[in-house]
Amino acid sequence: MIIAVASGKGGTGKTTVAVSLALSLNSVQFADCDVEEPNAAIFLRPVIDEKIPVTMLVPEIDETKCSGCNKCSELCAYNALVVIGTRVLVFPNMCHGCGGCTLICPERAITEKPREIGVIEKGSARAMAFMQGILNVGDPMATPIIRELHHCLDRTKTIILDSPPGTSCPVIETVRDSDYCILVTEPTPFGLHDLQLAVETVRQLKVPFGVIVNSAGIGDEEVDKYCQREAIPLLMKIPWDRRIAEGYSRGEPIMAVMPELRQGFLNLHAAIAATCGAA
Amino acid sequence: MKLCISSTGQNLNAVVDPRFGRATYYILIDSATNDFECVENPSAMAGGGAGTKAAQLVINKGVQAVLTGNVGPNAFAVLNAAGIQIYTGVSGSVQSAVDLFNSGKLQAIGSPSVEAHAGMGGGKGGRA
Ligand code: SF4
Ligand code: SF4
Repeated sequence: MIIAVASGKGGTGKTTVAVSLALSLNSVQFADCDVEEPNAAIFLRPVIDEKIPVTMLVPEIDETKCSGCNKCSELCAYNALVVIGTRVLVFPNMCHGCGGCTLICPERAITEKPREIGVIEKGSARAMAFMQGILNVGDPMATPIIRELHHCLDRTKTIILDSPPGTSCPVIETVRDSDYCILVTEPTPFGLHDLQLAVETVRQLKVPFGVIVNSAGIGDEEVDKYCQREAIPLLMKIPWDRRIAEGYSRGEPIMAVMPELRQGFLNLHAAIAATCGAA
Repeated sequence: MKLCISSTGQNLNAVVDPRFGRATYYILIDSATNDFECVENPSAMAGGGAGTKAAQLVINKGVQAVLTGNVGPNAFAVLNAAGIQIYTGVSGSVQSAVDLFNSGKLQAIGSPSVEAHAGMGGGKGGRA
């Protein structure tokens, strides 16, 4: 079973919830899919024993063959190619690797070469299998790394995916093949606003989902009311507690500072498993 | 000389659009005769790559100089490689920009006016 933990915005405690859920269960694989800022390793302190570079194919032009017909530039939906006479400028950072330009070039002037965009690290955090994707700094191509992480999942285990925050392509790539999505939010007007956006996205993906309110007690009741109105399961409330904030600053997950929450996470997992019809 | 001026409107009284890649329109004008054509920018609202797309359009139209507010690094790299002159910081009406160009008071720039990082095949792209 694959459970994605996501949130409409950063800083809601998404990662610490994902880590705590993973720590409560047995036979777990944890995958940090927040490839622009993977930080679950801070809490899990894994030992990394394998690094796999992730590449994507970008075009390379043989200008001696190019006739300047402009077909490649017209085709490229991402405007990664500009034809000047019989020269072609390639902007590799904008290329999505669709391969279309190579196919369309009548002069066969285009070949594909790999460009490294990041790395996948595999290892373990005690009994837990751990993976994280790391995008090269400043590179915009997050989704191919997340796709690669998905290829490395061990589906015999319970898989916890720590999604990037927000509602953009990398989030969709993370969540769409999941069996269940947990949306973490704060009980504040901003939290509610971003939660609503996240709910729209997850609904479109047709992935069953529920909400965890983190830092319950600091804000208002609007998130509760919203969930009730929309018939969204409110899975769990994690109280605001000084120990959690202090633990967080030391890189300790909620579970480590409030072990009494373990039962809550176990119940959460059981409820999700029941929803998904899996054990 | 054939100029391309980023514009908020479709005639010479319109105000220069400060954004090259995301301008609403481009006015293509012959600085000697004042004959012009207006083209709509298909990527004014699009995702990434507006700058390179606009630069490709300008190249295809045989433009020799671009007058605009700001040019990003990717578009700059392309225009530069194509040998097209770039004048940034231009404001006011499109006609006044043409007049200013004809008076010889404009100074072509040698580096992009937004973000320092430029280079052939480099630059930052749109988000995935
Ligand atoms: S499609 Fe091929 S021949 Fe045509 S401009 Fe592109 S690289 Fe050159
Ligand atoms: S592979 Fe696709 S995205 Fe990349 S330059 Fe070619 S057409 Fe554009």
